[in-house]
Amino acid sequence: MVMAYLDHAATTPMLAEALDAYVAAAREVGNPSSLHAAGRGARRLVEESRERIAAVLGARPSEVIFTSGGTESDNLGTKGIYWARRGADRRRNRVVAAAVEHHAVLDAVEWLATHEGAEVSWLPVDATGRVDPESLAALLAEHGDEIAVVSAQWANNEVGTIQPVEELSRLATRAGIPFHTDAVQAVGQVPVDFAASGVAALTLTGHKLGGPVGVGALLLGRDIAATPLLHGGGQERDVRSGTLDTPGVVAFAVAVESAVKTRAEYAQRVAALRDDLVARVRTAIPDAIYNGDPERRLPGNAHFSFPGCEGDALLLLLDAQGIACSTGSACSAGVAQPSHVLLAMGADNDRARSSLRFTLGHTSTAEDVDELLKALPGAVERARRATAWKTPR
Amino acid sequence: MSGGVDSAVAAARARDAGHDVTGVHLALARNPQTYRTGARGCCTLEDSRDARRAADVIGIPFYVWDMAEQFHDDVVDDFVAEYAAGRTPNPCLRCNEKIKFAAVLDRAVALGFDAVVTGHHARLGPDGRLRRSVDPAKDQSYVLAVLTRAQLDRAVFPLGDSTKERVRAEAAERGLAVADKPDSHDICFIADGDTKGFLAQRLGQAPGDIVDGRTGTVLGQHDGAYAYTIGQRKGLDLRVPAPDGRPRYVLSITPKTNTVTVGPREDLAVDTVTATRVIWHGTPTPVECEVQLRAHGEVVPAVVTVGSDGLVAHLRTPARGVAAGQAIVAYRPDPDGDVVLGSATITSGALASGPAASAASGPAHRA
Repeated sequence: MVMAYLDHAATTPMLAEALDAYVAAAREVGNPSSLHAAGRGARRLVEESRERIAAVLGARPSEVIFTSGGTESDNLGTKGIYWARRGADRRRNRVVAAAVEHHAVLDAVEWLATHEGAEVSWLPVDATGRVDPESLAALLAEHGDEIAVVSAQWANNEVGTIQPVEELSRLATRAGIPFHTDAVQAVGQVPVDFAASGVAALTLTGHKLGGPVGVGALLLGRDIAATPLLHGGGQERDVRSGTLDTPGVVAFAVAVESAVKTRAEYAQRVAALRDDLVARVRTAIPDAIYNGDPERRLPGNAHFSFPGCEGDALLLLLDAQGIACSTGSACSAGVAQPSHVLLAMGADNDRARSSLRFTLGHTSTAEDVDELLKALPGAVERARRATAWKTPR
Repeated sequence: MSGGVDSAVAAARARDAGHDVTGVHLALARNPQTYRTGARGCCTLEDSRDARRAADVIGIPFYVWDMAEQFHDDVVDDFVAEYAAGRTPNPCLRCNEKIKFAAVLDRAVALGFDAVVTGHHARLGPDGRLRRSVDPAKDQSYVLAVLTRAQLDRAVFPLGDSTKERVRAEAAERGLAVADKPDSHDICFIADGDTKGFLAQRLGQAPGDIVDGRTGTVLGQHDGAYAYTIGQRKGLDLRVPAPDGRPRYVLSITPKTNTVTVGPREDLAVDTVTATRVIWHGTPTPVECEVQLRAHGEVVPAVVTVGSDGLVAHLRTPARGVAAGQAIVAYRPDPDGDVVLGSATITSGALASGPAASAASGPAHRA
């Protein structure tokens, strides 16, 4: 029983045309690497898809590397580029990344530090979650000839803050350092142009924009070297081996094209719903803290801290009333850890643990917001009482 | 929902009874890797996944609640402190008292739930009395008897009328993958089962004497009195054999002098037990009843008197291995499941009559 799905940043429903395209392609046989007619048929579908994605994102077709999704693309964009760059120049052993990166970048970079001996510099963020380009400029001035790769997300998955990617990219590129950006949350939400942004590598994934789960891409500049994570048949410029998922790629391309082409009106509609949600939440719960940058943020993202509440208690109470949202940070045994994003923004543990993310998407309606506002005040009141169990008995 | 078969079936039965049920798994370890792994205990990542999968099959929401701090403060620290004080704690009992039917219950009630359902093997009928399970081998009323009236009023034990065998069969019928999961027996927060090592790590070495209870002769040394339990025979490592060559047992532990006192088996006998921290459900005393003095221990007839300064039980037949820190639970025999009259924490045991009384060289020896 889902009354209101407000977790589109986790995954969003597939577009009908993407699902139709998937099913049509899945009925056909053919490995795109095969030479016979069936293989050629599949290859044609894959290459057309590559061209469609390239066209709407300002990339060349050869720059589209299909992957299994955001996590793989982020690993390739950080580890792959780091290995290649350090392989070419031993001095380049430093990785720079924003402190608010998704775990797919964060943990990949930490793994490089732990297992590959990489030096790591984290770019700090301000109270809105935004990286100051000055901090990157300072790092480049100090360590410019040691840095192998810089990674900063296009937009944050928790609080929705949009980063000054073009400025950061320009600084890194000018210093001769490849710049990777995780644009999983950005494509289809804000204008994204690979060539114009000047980034060396860009991560996107299907299921955040109406495509299927399990397929994504790394846009990788033609002259950017990346050491493969997966070795095998040499598909995808020899950077990403593995039989191409033809139906997944086809549906992914349909979704990317649709999301980018309808983006402007989508963003306007969803931002209006979001603004209504934010205004009504603030009226209903006056001490709620609206996290993130109020202006430079994703259109569908609303992120609050509710003082005196635990985010996971709120989530449980809203879930029981059919409202799906997120505390924003995942966890191993299901135990909520305070969000590293909120902590990097200077929030204390209590505020970080008291936060909840509502994300709207292409199927969101005004009724979804109404349902949330019906349930939220009571849930907040109850969650506040539930915090009392922590106090000494 | 621990990830075991009992709590899974309990949750399913509660759902079938028409309740609006939410599954909760307790994360009790500060670092889950340090607790018992595999299918044998609770608290691990694998158990959390098993519990989640069971909740999915039953069709109920499922959440993990982080109770690691409370568990550490109220159960693990208490466990160590009790041993340090020469007593023998029961951490499962403490967990029921302080975590499952306190911290968890309080939070649940605040969130709008009415009760906590667990997979304990005990009966709690319409009369509100806590009774033994129909499965005597699996009965857990001993570790639940510490619950107050208010706690019992918000507790539901759906398994008390079923044997463990029946619960496993039902789990299989319901398609729950945990149907064949082995029972857990050991202390969940001691990963390797080495209680002595666990205590030594926290309490350090504290060498002292092992003394003969009858003669006062020093028979050997120990590295820490906390490693010994009343009634223990193995691992005493005494260089001087008893004159009659018979085995010796731990009779008492005295933290003040850091002494472990040993003697023959008959000196373990106790016929008077005093206890404190009494939970009593209203039956007038003195009362003729049965008492159980440790988990899965023997049951002996006794006369129990509850007064303002605690509980005293006069045992009709002497019991052995009565350890301070364990619970004494009083039952009224009943064909529909022996009824729990009350519970208290043992402070001492003594032998008022019989051959060992004089040997104990005093009116009472600390148990």
